[in-house]
Amino acid sequence: MGGAGHETVARAREPARRDIGMLKRTDRIAFWVFAAATAVALSFLVFIISFVFVRGIPRVTWSFLTERPRDMGRAGGILPSIVGTIALTGLALLIGTPLGVATAVYLTEYTREGMSSRVIRFGAESLAGVPSIIFGLFGFLFFVIFLGFGWSILSGGLTLALMILPTIIRTSEEAIRAVPREYREISLSLGASRWQTVVHVVLPAALPGVITGVMLSLGRAVGETAAVIFTAGSSLRLPGSIMDPVRTLPVHFYVLAREGISMANAYGTATVLLATVLLIEIAANILIARFSGHAGRG
Amino acid sequence: MSYRKEGSPFWRTTVSSGRVRSQGRTANERVVERVLFCCALTAVSALALITAFIFAEGMPELGRTGPARFVFGTTWSPSRGMFGVLPMIAGSVAVTLAALLMGVPVAVACAVFLAEMAPPRAGVLLKALVELLSAVPSVVYGFVGLTTLVPLIREWTGAPGFSVLAASVVLAIMVMPTITSVSYESLKAVPGSYRDGVAALGGTRWQAIRMVVLPAARSGIVAGIILGIGRCLGETMAVLMVAGNAPVIPTSLLSPVRTLTSGIALEMGYASGRHREALFGTAVVLFAMIAALNLLTRYVASKGAVFGGRRRPRDGSAGA
Repeated sequence: MGGAGHETVARAREPARRDIGMLKRTDRIAFWVFAAATAVALSFLVFIISFVFVRGIPRVTWSFLTERPRDMGRAGGILPSIVGTIALTGLALLIGTPLGVATAVYLTEYTREGMSSRVIRFGAESLAGVPSIIFGLFGFLFFVIFLGFGWSILSGGLTLALMILPTIIRTSEEAIRAVPREYREISLSLGASRWQTVVHVVLPAALPGVITGVMLSLGRAVGETAAVIFTAGSSLRLPGSIMDPVRTLPVHFYVLAREGISMANAYGTATVLLATVLLIEIAANILIARFSGHAGRG
Repeated sequence: MSYRKEGSPFWRTTVSSGRVRSQGRTANERVVERVLFCCALTAVSALALITAFIFAEGMPELGRTGPARFVFGTTWSPSRGMFGVLPMIAGSVAVTLAALLMGVPVAVACAVFLAEMAPPRAGVLLKALVELLSAVPSVVYGFVGLTTLVPLIREWTGAPGFSVLAASVVLAIMVMPTITSVSYESLKAVPGSYRDGVAALGGTRWQAIRMVVLPAARSGIVAGIILGIGRCLGETMAVLMVAGNAPVIPTSLLSPVRTLTSGIALEMGYASGRHREALFGTAVVLFAMIAALNLLTRYVASKGAVFGGRRRPRDGSAGA
């Protein structure tokens, strides 16, 4: 009887044991399938970077970076494009950062959730979804034609400033909200005004997060093509003032590659462009890591 | 001496004792607040201006052709004055759908691996690497696609290679970091107790992911996918370089295709008069699609909040 009972238990247990074995196997299979997906994603990154760098790095010499292009970009360097890109993105940050940070300060420190904050947030979120070509068309209609700025650093910079505004608002808001409430209470209890508290306490504490957002925006702005091509023009001359047209690195690369002017110089330009945006992004990531380490988030 | 004004939050408290100084400060505060408010209105006024200018420039042609004939017309022929954007709408939709079919599974799987399976430090590092993909400028994507993918497709199929397939593969790679990043965050937001509950019941990690974590993170993942759809619809330069750009409704994965965005970018450089207005009309159509997508995002987000509230009791029963 005991033997029969034992047999029953064993028979009952067997499928369960096989089940556990199968579950473990499924678990392992899932792990490797998902790891493979990650490997696929990363392999694209490695492929794109190496594809561009292998062909482009030999072209990137000191003279390539410091000479003006000759013969439509067939020969010579890319100096005007480097200067143009710096001027354009610099202007965009100069305009976009104060506006974005001010918006974030207003949303976090000066108003509570209500009609006005909802409208402001709706504007920022919707703006983030607008495709870059729409920004380009708008910049062309508004800055280039309506305000008469022409194809210029000013038009392109203003267009890019609007484009990066939502990112700066969002990241600054997050950074400001992460500042502990006690900081504000202590500052206010010491007799500081709200604005003094913002300037001397809240913003310094939120600075790493704000800078991270600015850098992410910078990376986006440097690589932007569609919004820039209609607003900043495509001139190969070195810009002398803010009203001059420029051809930024991505636009220069696009023209060289698309019209088959010079593949060697196209790869060289792409290398400079890609290295720049990757460095900016990596720096931003390091900042994020250090910042979240300090704030003790996660 | 400090006192508290009736009914105002603590930060409105006037803390200074000197009446004159306090009044000056209050006046200052009011100016600061007004200036900040004006800055804060930039985004929403920019949105209003963009809408106004694009519509003002695009609506005349929509009116001339007739909105229905403009949207559903199948012939885009500026030289004959025929402006129908249906081929471009179909192109945008086809390319977006194909890109999502390829990109979403990989992106979500990647997010699950990084958030749930990889060792935490490795997960953070690898996520940063995947997000580097989003830093690569779209012209670079387009160019790499043009020089590697298009010839590859040509070799395999004998077709020209500039096609829905080429465009959607490039787009799939481009939207992957977006979807992965948003999905990752929503997976990370699922409380650890959910996983512990499954573990306590003797469930495996995969069971926890499949039956508890993924359902809990669903609304966030959907939000990431919608964000990806927006990226696909709005992407211009990369698609322009690999899609072939024939303004014809695509019939297969190998047909050349023109999207709304690439159509605008292609012809904007030389268009004038009615042709240019028709391109802005195309932009109006694109704008409307993006706006509809935004509304959908809001809807999903609000629904996600409801789900978040409802999910808790179910988790309780799973953990019990």
